[in-house]
Amino acid sequence: MAKSAVKLRAKAKKGIIDIKCLMSHPMETGLRKDKKTGEKIPAHFIQTVVATKNGTPFMNADFNSTISKNPYLRIQVAGEKGDEISVSWTDNKGASGSGKKAAK
Amino acid sequence: MKRRLFMKGTLAGSAITAALGAGLLAPRAVLAAWPEAEMLAADVADTGMASGSVKIKAPEIAENGAVVPVTVDATGVDGIVESISIVAAANQRPLGATYHMKEGAIPFVSTRLKMGKTGDVFGVVKTASGTVNAKTQVKVTIGGCGG
Repeated sequence: MAKSAVKLRAKAKKGIIDIKCLMSHPMETGLRKDKKTGEKIPAHFIQTVVATKNGTPFMNADFNSTISKNPYLRIQVAGEKGDEISVSWTDNKGASGSGKKAAK
Repeated sequence: MKRRLFMKGTLAGSAITAALGAGLLAPRAVLAAWPEAEMLAADVADTGMASGSVKIKAPEIAENGAVVPVTVDATGVDGIVESISIVAAANQRPLGATYHMKEGAIPFVSTRLKMGKTGDVFGVVKTASGTVNAKTQVKVTIGGCGG
């Protein structure tokens, strides 16, 4: 499922790992209307994001529909080269996606 | 093997649909941790005091309101940062996201927001001793010439 994956980059520098990730998601607010039918497009957005280092979560985020389509996220954590970073999300329909990478 | 997977998928799918139909298992039950009331509120009650120790970076003029990059840096804040929230005051749902920091996390986040119109963007940082914020104004000129 390449579509629901999280693209990840993790770079370690001076004891800090800089993580950049891109999630592929439509992030519908539920407020937008379909131009043709005039019906509201149902909300569909990421609600929770969990980031872990070597299996231990260091950050969890609650997203609102305010976040842009295909969310981009940059976070940092204390760590060294080789630490395994993983980022996963769950949306309001219960779907989820994740990505994993060792810090360079 | 494929057939088995397919069967599993259909079964799981129908279970969820049934639960939704019954109205018992609303989406919030699936994601119990998601603070629904807070997320859907029209205003954010507690943004705390303005503080110079929080740094927020966002463009002065956003030509495309659908993608407004915002960075909040709270590394200068005293004490342990519990969470960072990004709030776009002019939005229908102002609270954009809350990042809960745990051990090891550096209080620094960067993301992209959708903004309906021009307004202030707050970076709200919660520590054990209180809440501090920083704000910056973002002008949204959808479809404009960037003026």
